[in-house]
Amino acid sequence: MSDYLIQFNNVSKFFGKVIALKDVTMKLKKGEIMCLLGDNGAGKSTLIKTLAGVYKPDEGEIIIEGEKIVFDGPKDALDMGIATVYQDLALVSLMSVTRNFFMGREPLKGLPFFKTFDLEKANKIAAERMGQIGIDVRDPSQAVGTMSGGERQCLAISRAIYFGAKVLVLDEPTSALGVHQASVVLKYIVKAASQGLAVILITHNVHHAYPVGNSFTVLNRGKSLGTYNKKDISREKLLSMMAGGEELDKLEVELKEINRLAN
Amino acid sequence: MSTKSKSIHTKSSFNQDDRLKKVSPLRMLLNRPELGALGGAILVFIFFGVVAGDTGMFSAFGMLNFFDVSANLGIIAIAAALLMIGGEFDLSIGSMIGFAGICIAIPAIYWGWPLWMSIIFAFSMAVIVGYLNGLLVVKTGLPSFIVTLAMLFILRGATLAITRLITGRTQVPGLRVLIENDPIAWLFATDTFKWFFVWLGSMNLIDLRTDGTPLATGIPPSVVWFIFLAILSTWVLTKTRYGNWIFASGGDKNGATNVGVPVGRVKIGLFITTAVASTIFATIQVLDAGSADTMRGSLKELEAIAAAVVGGCLLTGGYGSAIGAAFGAIIFGTVSMGIFYTDVDTDWFKVFLGAMMLIAVIFNNYIRKKVTESK
Repeated sequence: MSDYLIQFNNVSKFFGKVIALKDVTMKLKKGEIMCLLGDNGAGKSTLIKTLAGVYKPDEGEIIIEGEKIVFDGPKDALDMGIATVYQDLALVSLMSVTRNFFMGREPLKGLPFFKTFDLEKANKIAAERMGQIGIDVRDPSQAVGTMSGGERQCLAISRAIYFGAKVLVLDEPTSALGVHQASVVLKYIVKAASQGLAVILITHNVHHAYPVGNSFTVLNRGKSLGTYNKKDISREKLLSMMAGGEELDKLEVELKEINRLAN
Repeated sequence: MSTKSKSIHTKSSFNQDDRLKKVSPLRMLLNRPELGALGGAILVFIFFGVVAGDTGMFSAFGMLNFFDVSANLGIIAIAAALLMIGGEFDLSIGSMIGFAGICIAIPAIYWGWPLWMSIIFAFSMAVIVGYLNGLLVVKTGLPSFIVTLAMLFILRGATLAITRLITGRTQVPGLRVLIENDPIAWLFATDTFKWFFVWLGSMNLIDLRTDGTPLATGIPPSVVWFIFLAILSTWVLTKTRYGNWIFASGGDKNGATNVGVPVGRVKIGLFITTAVASTIFATIQVLDAGSADTMRGSLKELEAIAAAVVGGCLLTGGYGSAIGAAFGAIIFGTVSMGIFYTDVDTDWFKVFLGAMMLIAVIFNNYIRKKVTESK
């Protein structure tokens, strides 16, 4: 049995001539938070979909708990305990908290053929789970649309954990949130990791990633620029790697030139 | 895993009770999709009670009359509502009614099939048409509006062409004699609680014919089907897993798929439901009239959708109720019959129907904003 819960070894993915991912290597232990950083078009989405079982890698291997795995679709990944929380959260705002929490996996009761959705049990579990995060759902039958962005994010994460996630893949969980809401979500992510989950946090916001991450993988144009432990890299260095340091330097020079001409 | 022991205290951050208004019971009631239709139905009854209270509209016979019309519309409106909650439309409902009618009449009259076999044949065709509608929508990803609009023309055209080819006319009469002793037809053709109406008549509580039998003979089959379907659909929607999947499929197709809801299967099932409901409607009408007509059911799809909308269904899916659609149908049925008892020209009915629907859409839109508005 390997130390690592999930490993990517030289994973590549091509779409025709386009290299979407090239030789991405990363590994993650239980209780760790790895932040996957990258600018737009860096290959984050492709990597998420590979993790979620939507795409099969063209090269390289995915190893889960020491075993080489080929996902045959998203359901496979889910069954292996890899839960992906997409940006759209898979929440229906017109439906209640409970109905969203158990969407697709409703607890049933009653006789065969007349099985009903056990709303009583579902309400209880949903309220309890949300309460543990500190979200007081006074009425689990209230529509999700009435919740704040942070609360919705927490609901989606809490749902993934309740249904047995071992590896939690979070796609830009804080991008649409204000400072306060984002901090609530980040706290919850740290708490989830401290309970033994491995978390892959995909973001382009270094300021959100740096305080919570144990390690950082930077993607640029489909390639991994390496994985760094927190102690080995500074926030500034990460930021400059992400944006492609040269480009920022060039921008600075150009801005200076503009300013000089303006004066 | 237990999270009780090391709970991080984020409570304060979300506990914004001071910023929340107390939700009054009235407000909660307002959030129910069927409220508007229920209120509308009550208003309509009060209106006709005042305007036409002494005209016989509210005699047993008059009431059965408008409940029969309401129930017929209600049968298809409930199915249309389920489909709308699931995020799709079916414009082929009316054509399916005509098609199902001749699927019963032609085999029974021209091919010598027993009536029960013809009825089963019609329902089988309905399942096929519904499945085809659903499959096309799910597989092509085209709007159901377009796919079922095509089906509207195809079915109506086929109904007319096949009927003329086989019979040389557009009507197939002669079914009434076949109803007696048929093992299935009674389901669609028998008035129930006849003894109750005979008793009411014997007590002189309701009007009698000159031969002493009551004018209103019993609860028509449409009403029984209507009540049965309203209860069944409400149960499915609110109490079962499949109901949750219907809301999820209509509310957010991608989200629902991502958490494992078989959206395609749900939608195909709903299309089959509307086609089957159309066939129930057709069977009742064909057996009642004793004949099938190729034009039967024209424009019924729009009335069904209108009733569903008045009943609180959103055109964007994911929200609505079967009971609401039932009330919507009762409103339309009551007004369409009630208008005969008033001095108002019946030509105005469509104006009423349109205005009612417009008000309902505006009201629903407002409710949806209320339901989804963020704090």
